[in-house]
Amino acid sequence: MSAEKTKKRSMAVEIWQRLTRNKMAMLGLAILVILALGAIFADVIADYDTKVIAQNISERLQGPSAAHWFGTDEFGRDIFARILHGSRVSLVVGLISVSVSLILGGSLGAFAGYYGGRVDMIIMRIMDIFLAVPSILLAITIVAALGTNLVNVMLAIGISGIPSFARIVRAAVLSVKDQEFVESARAIGTSNATIIFREILPNCMAPIIVQATLSVASAILSTASLSFIGLGVQPPAPEWGAMLSSGRNFLRDAMHLTLFPGLAIVVTILALNLLGDGLRDALDPRLKQ
Amino acid sequence: MHKYVIKRLLMLIPVILGVSFLVFFIMSLAPGDTARTILGEDAPIEAVEALREELGLNDPVVVRYARYMTGLLHGDLGTSYKSGRPVFSEIASRFPATLKLAFWGMLFAVLLSIPIGIVSATRQYSITDSVSMVLALLGVATPNFWLGLMLIIAFSLHLHWFPSGGAEGWKALVLPVITLGTGCMANITRTTRSSMLEVIRQDYIRTAKAKGVSRNKVINKHALKNALIPVVTVIGLQFGSLLGGAVLTETVFAWPGVGTYLVNSIKAKDTNAVLGCVIIFSICFSIVNLCVDLLYAFIDPRIKSQYK
Repeated sequence: MSAEKTKKRSMAVEIWQRLTRNKMAMLGLAILVILALGAIFADVIADYDTKVIAQNISERLQGPSAAHWFGTDEFGRDIFARILHGSRVSLVVGLISVSVSLILGGSLGAFAGYYGGRVDMIIMRIMDIFLAVPSILLAITIVAALGTNLVNVMLAIGISGIPSFARIVRAAVLSVKDQEFVESARAIGTSNATIIFREILPNCMAPIIVQATLSVASAILSTASLSFIGLGVQPPAPEWGAMLSSGRNFLRDAMHLTLFPGLAIVVTILALNLLGDGLRDALDPRLKQ
Repeated sequence: MHKYVIKRLLMLIPVILGVSFLVFFIMSLAPGDTARTILGEDAPIEAVEALREELGLNDPVVVRYARYMTGLLHGDLGTSYKSGRPVFSEIASRFPATLKLAFWGMLFAVLLSIPIGIVSATRQYSITDSVSMVLALLGVATPNFWLGLMLIIAFSLHLHWFPSGGAEGWKALVLPVITLGTGCMANITRTTRSSMLEVIRQDYIRTAKAKGVSRNKVINKHALKNALIPVVTVIGLQFGSLLGGAVLTETVFAWPGVGTYLVNSIKAKDTNAVLGCVIIFSICFSIVNLCVDLLYAFIDPRIKSQYK
């Protein structure tokens, strides 16, 4: 094994050890693992067609019980099963939209930071314009224009997240682009694209990983917000924000319709924030001091 | 200082032009024919084409944008397809309600978060610190529309203390303000705490303490002013989420503001109204960011001195 590989592995081990010492971060990670397992095995735990979609009017608006842990909704569907399947939507939208922001925003930020000058000026002024529209409003505008479906929601949330990634990656690239290993790569004739993606970016991953983790939380919140105002996932598909929206009509008599989907959002975002904060401390111990 | 204000004001112009073009361009991507939406599905093709020509919908997007911006400068944001009234007057009649909600929401957040942040920092690792940080973390993680619904269940439906909707009287303001302000409060509290923690470890604070300056004076006069710069940044940034949050909060409480109008316009596919709302919100956000930048110069004499 080469010395470089050993060094890389030992750094990863060191970061992991620092992360495991942070109890709150581990709590966040444990919650996320449970949520991810729930999303993966949702079909095994509760059948999509019979529990999540099929209506059963004779069992409508029942409170929590042994048969229905979180009760049933206005169509007699099991709320626990819908939350479980809804976690798939939230996690998938969160991960894909953040990937869109990361790939597009990260590339723009990397080019701006690496090339500097006019390229930097043009890219960052465009990013400033994007930042001048509050992100949820930008997402609302995009979905309102393109139409309400899952792909457009992911695209809208992904696009609204581009400027923050561009800024972070640019700052990270600026901090390493003049270091000796970059100059060496340039001296041996490596192409600019290879230098950016193979030399520079792997050396400034810390802030990008932290931002990505926290962005998944905001993306899940934005998805729920869009669905709440009728612009996200459309019924009967289960989505936490849409479930909250339909539960609004039964606040007095069946508050479990709004309580449990809301708690699912809070727990997921809390877990991602705890992990994000923990990762920040583990990846850059100076911040903790 | 005047130079700085003028420079920042001039920088606002390209941002507003850019933002309005971005939003205009996105809305122009909307599928469907506006003329057909107005006239209905059964309208003859000649009538639809005539209306398209009359509205200038056949022109390139840049031409339409230039015409829109000329109108905007004259207070004309087009006509609402739904109500037939000018969008500008529709927004203007609702804007005071949104401004009122945003103002009280931000005041609620700032008045509570800064003292809590200071107490947490000065009593680090105490029970007060732990409790306020857990609450701040929960505040960040709680969607405001869900918090609004929970507040309605508790304080409107069960305790009957406050109304669940509308904008009549001060009581109607309480729940929407708490709903809107909580998320901002949580973020500002966290920033105030970390900024204060950084400042109170500086040498000049130790020197002030060593000179026998009282604890309150050290915190209020020496530490707070220096800790405020990142806090002001976060307050400015939070204003953006406050505007976004206002859309959802207004929907929950049927608050008669621009947010509710925006959501109803989206549902009615009233693109002129949607465009007008988003552009007005974005211009407000840009102006607040400008005010934040000017406030820096007021708080931090180092910035002011650069422009003397």
